[in-house]
Amino acid sequence: MAAVIDKPVDPMMPVPYVVKRVRRETHDTFTLEMVPFDGGPPLRFRPGQFNMLYLFGVGEVAISISGDPGDGARLVHTIRAVGMVTKGLERLRAGAVVGVRGPYGRPWPVDEQLGRDLVIVAGGIGLAPLRPAILHLLADRAAYGRIVLLYGTRSPADILYRRQLERWRARFDLDILVTVDRAAVDWRGSVGLVTTLLGRAPFVPEKTTALICGPEIMMRYTMAGLVERGVSEAAIHLSMERNMKCAIGLCGHCQFGPTFICKDGPVYSSPEIAGLLKQREV
Amino acid sequence: MSFVTIESIVASHPFFAGLSEESLRVITARSRQVELPADEIIFHEGEAADHFYLIRSGRVALEVHSPRRGRQTIQTIEGGEILGWSWLVPPYQWRFDARVIDPVEAIELDGRRLRELGEIDHDLGYELYRRFAILIGRRLESTRIQLMDLYGSSN
Repeated sequence: MAAVIDKPVDPMMPVPYVVKRVRRETHDTFTLEMVPFDGGPPLRFRPGQFNMLYLFGVGEVAISISGDPGDGARLVHTIRAVGMVTKGLERLRAGAVVGVRGPYGRPWPVDEQLGRDLVIVAGGIGLAPLRPAILHLLADRAAYGRIVLLYGTRSPADILYRRQLERWRARFDLDILVTVDRAAVDWRGSVGLVTTLLGRAPFVPEKTTALICGPEIMMRYTMAGLVERGVSEAAIHLSMERNMKCAIGLCGHCQFGPTFICKDGPVYSSPEIAGLLKQREV
Repeated sequence: MSFVTIESIVASHPFFAGLSEESLRVITARSRQVELPADEIIFHEGEAADHFYLIRSGRVALEVHSPRRGRQTIQTIEGGEILGWSWLVPPYQWRFDARVIDPVEAIELDGRRLRELGEIDHDLGYELYRRFAILIGRRLESTRIQLMDLYGSSN
């Protein structure tokens, strides 16, 4: 009987996916829901990983996976339309085909946090890479201590996943604090920097793990605020973003000091990366 | 039966941690507990700033009015935080309007009297200025970062 040998997978070869739905999130962000072109199951991923999305004839872009890791039906990415590729992806409609490579990168260390409090701090579209982690934690809610989501964004109109945030708030087992940088007086919520929420958030610093994703300046100040509150630096994790090309640690585009963000990250612990964040040119 | 006094509330607040009993007694001497309903204006821009507040619960919006954009909320002050520092800095006038968004329970403290006492008792004056310098510095830092528009597409 002949041995069955798996066909080798070329990490540079995109797999075709069909767009099932394009959902508008805010004025400049949208969510793509896709399924494999061949009808098979979508790729398995861990919270915090990313894919390379290839818009044929235009180019490829690294996008964090923002769907539910337990969802065996769809592959979900939330994208901000800022460049040629992402603006092209924004124009896609159901039935369009996109090339997908992935998943890549080191995930959030969610499985190591059993019994601990989780403080999740998101800034702007940084909520998208954290969404799979939140969904993963909620799928086994009893296994964790307190879960707190602190979310800062530009204005009330820029709040990502607003309906889902409202549904999560209604669960009563998840604390969600949202703040915006600016608002008209019809906004009844908080206004101020996301770091101001750290002082209002209910968690026990000694048994807390923090997951942070957002602009680097916001992450720097959030890390400092968490340490000041008593959270151990080793328990703080953040997701970095750089211009990724090959996604497998070959091309060097995403090199950050001694690491390649595509393969060593994008998720790092604070001790691994904090020193580099303070350097002006890395 | 035990009573929670204003002095014990103030003493247990991190902002006042480490103050002597005598200083706490002076600080709370003319204080009172207040309950403020939603939409109440606590102070208006330009009015004399004579008090400050330890917000125990609720939410207060600091607002500024511009002819083109109308009223804008620039910051909210919430449970556990201190509202008001203009009483400590000349010309002792409020810089913004403060409006209650969610009903507030607070302790109102007599800033004008503390300002005067701080001129005589420099130890007390130093403690107050030191604590408020930290608070003002943090709010300035937050404001500067907010002004960077971090969540814009260019960041």
